[in-house]
Amino acid sequence: MSSSITGVSAADTAPHGEDPKSALEGDRASTGRLGDRLFGGAATGAGLTVIALVVLIGVFLLSQAIPSLMKNEVNFLTSREWVPSGDHPRFGIALMAWTTVISSILAMLIAVPLGVGVALFITQYAPPWLSRPAATIIDLLAAVPSIVYGLWGLQIAGRYFNPVGNFVTDHLGWLPLFKAGGTPQNTIAFISLVLAIMILPIVTALSREVFAQTPGPHKEGALALGATKWEMIRTAVLPFGKPGVISAAMLALGRALGETVAVMILLSALAPGSPWSWSIFNGGETFASKIASAAAEFDSPQKTGAYIAAGLVLFILTFIVNAIARIVIERRKAFSE
Amino acid sequence: MAKRIDVKDLDIYYGKFKAVEGVTMTVEPRSVTAFIGPSGCGKSTVLRTLNRMHEVIPGGHVDGKVLLDDQDLYAPNMDPVAVRRMIGMVFQRPNPFPTMSIRDNVAAGLKLNGMKNKKQLDEVVEKSLKGANLWNEVKDRLDKPGAGLSGGQQQRLCIARAIAVSPQVLLMDEPCSALDPISTLAIEDLIHELKDKYTVVIVTHNMQQAARVADNTAFFNLAATGKPGKLVEMNTTQKMFNNPDEKATEDYISGRFG
Ligand SMILES: Nc1ncnc2c1ncn2[C@@H]1O[C@H](COP(=O)(O)OP(=O)(O)OP(=O)(O)O)[C@@H](O)[C@H]1O
Ligand SMILES: [Mg+2]
Repeated sequence: MSSSITGVSAADTAPHGEDPKSALEGDRASTGRLGDRLFGGAATGAGLTVIALVVLIGVFLLSQAIPSLMKNEVNFLTSREWVPSGDHPRFGIALMAWTTVISSILAMLIAVPLGVGVALFITQYAPPWLSRPAATIIDLLAAVPSIVYGLWGLQIAGRYFNPVGNFVTDHLGWLPLFKAGGTPQNTIAFISLVLAIMILPIVTALSREVFAQTPGPHKEGALALGATKWEMIRTAVLPFGKPGVISAAMLALGRALGETVAVMILLSALAPGSPWSWSIFNGGETFASKIASAAAEFDSPQKTGAYIAAGLVLFILTFIVNAIARIVIERRKAFSE
Repeated sequence: MAKRIDVKDLDIYYGKFKAVEGVTMTVEPRSVTAFIGPSGCGKSTVLRTLNRMHEVIPGGHVDGKVLLDDQDLYAPNMDPVAVRRMIGMVFQRPNPFPTMSIRDNVAAGLKLNGMKNKKQLDEVVEKSLKGANLWNEVKDRLDKPGAGLSGGQQQRLCIARAIAVSPQVLLMDEPCSALDPISTLAIEDLIHELKDKYTVVIVTHNMQQAARVADNTAFFNLAATGKPGKLVEMNTTQKMFNNPDEKATEDYISGRFG
């Protein structure tokens, strides 16, 4: 915040209780110039266009989904059946929602702590000759297309995961979460792992960026109080980076929730009518993978509408995740400027 | 609580660059010592070696001795973290932890020392804020962010944070340079009071300030640009300002160069 840099802030001069921002009102005075007006107009126009586009897309999707939903003979949110076409369509998203959410959450649980750890290592512990190339490599990894991870999982990693998965189901199978079901490399557990590896570079790259920006004075403030390196990280670096880490995690979660190709080629779909299972060593389909694998066979508006409805749920899910992240960040804002 | 600092033949380096050379001085306990000298002569550098903050900078290292009541701060078995817990520091720019409330800022050092008891923490927070002449201004908003205070209040908050852990010595690097005259006076008054309990070392560019607050004054200078800085003279402030031993001191203080 500017006051700590210059030692003077608007708050110094503003009388008590008055909004310090009002001192900055003068900024608006410059909008009378032609260049300012043109740019301001263009920016407003662009913003409105984007909003209009989003609204239009939403309206279009809803108009497709609603007729199908009206004909649906089971509860769309709680049913596990998926028979979207025919005269008596019965379709619900319970299975997809479970698979999507659990795999993304598992991926987050693995990737976020690991990514934050790697980012801390790169920015705080590694010597410069190591941290710079490491940072570059991570940034590059963040740009690898997901199909590459999918193929890697299918061809290479899966083989090594099978024995591990079998070991877990053999020894912890009595827990519903780890009950055996299918080849480990075609289960939720394995796609969670692949998703985690996929989003790890994103989390790491973004966290690294915010950690590296921790103001030196904050770090020195902590060290001068007699903080050890780790204590300094806890008092200065982590709090400063927290909003950044949260946004990184949400971006990554968004990617995990919406990941299509890798999930499609790895995860084996369940046979219709299979019993409900809480196990992560089970197959399934996520919203994205189910929609993508059926996309070639959209033959009736009824069927298409059902899938679009499922897509809308995914959209809302991502939206909620982002909203929560925003709220968390906003709540801490007063403390983080 | 207050301890004496003896610096013996100290050379200070940034990597291969020798920034300061051959400093030998004594900082008396329960007194205020001011470091003065032209920009770049190494005042901050010397100050930061007194609590081993210098080595935080990559490549920063020293040659020589710094004794705190006969305890060698640079002995191989001396933990820099322990040194910094004994010798607190206030920086030129106020640097409260922005994510913490006023209360947590003051308590930060105590928590590092493992103090958990809420009541005990609150007591020390109150005592330290009173010690830093800030209590009356913030007692109703202890849970608000420290970064929401004015610059002068932030600096006093940083002083409260530093004295909360009851250090033996308090180092201040131009603590008033970013502040208005009124905040500056408030902090100078505070330094006067702190002297009863602590050994205070302050870097300042303001001759009047040195004359007002310091019992002893050390004048640093550069022999030439690119050469390491040196301690030219250290004496009572009285003597430094009236009849210093060195011509260079007199010239600097009377504003004839620097
Ligand atoms: N982080 C650093 N890395 C390399 N050299 C440095 C660093 N900090 C300071 N120096 C050098 O050390 C010398 C002394 O600097 P120092 O900051 O101690 O001066 P100063 O007396 O405090 O000056 P000022 O009054 O402007 O604060 C200068 O030549 C400076 O360029
Ligand atoms: Mg300095």
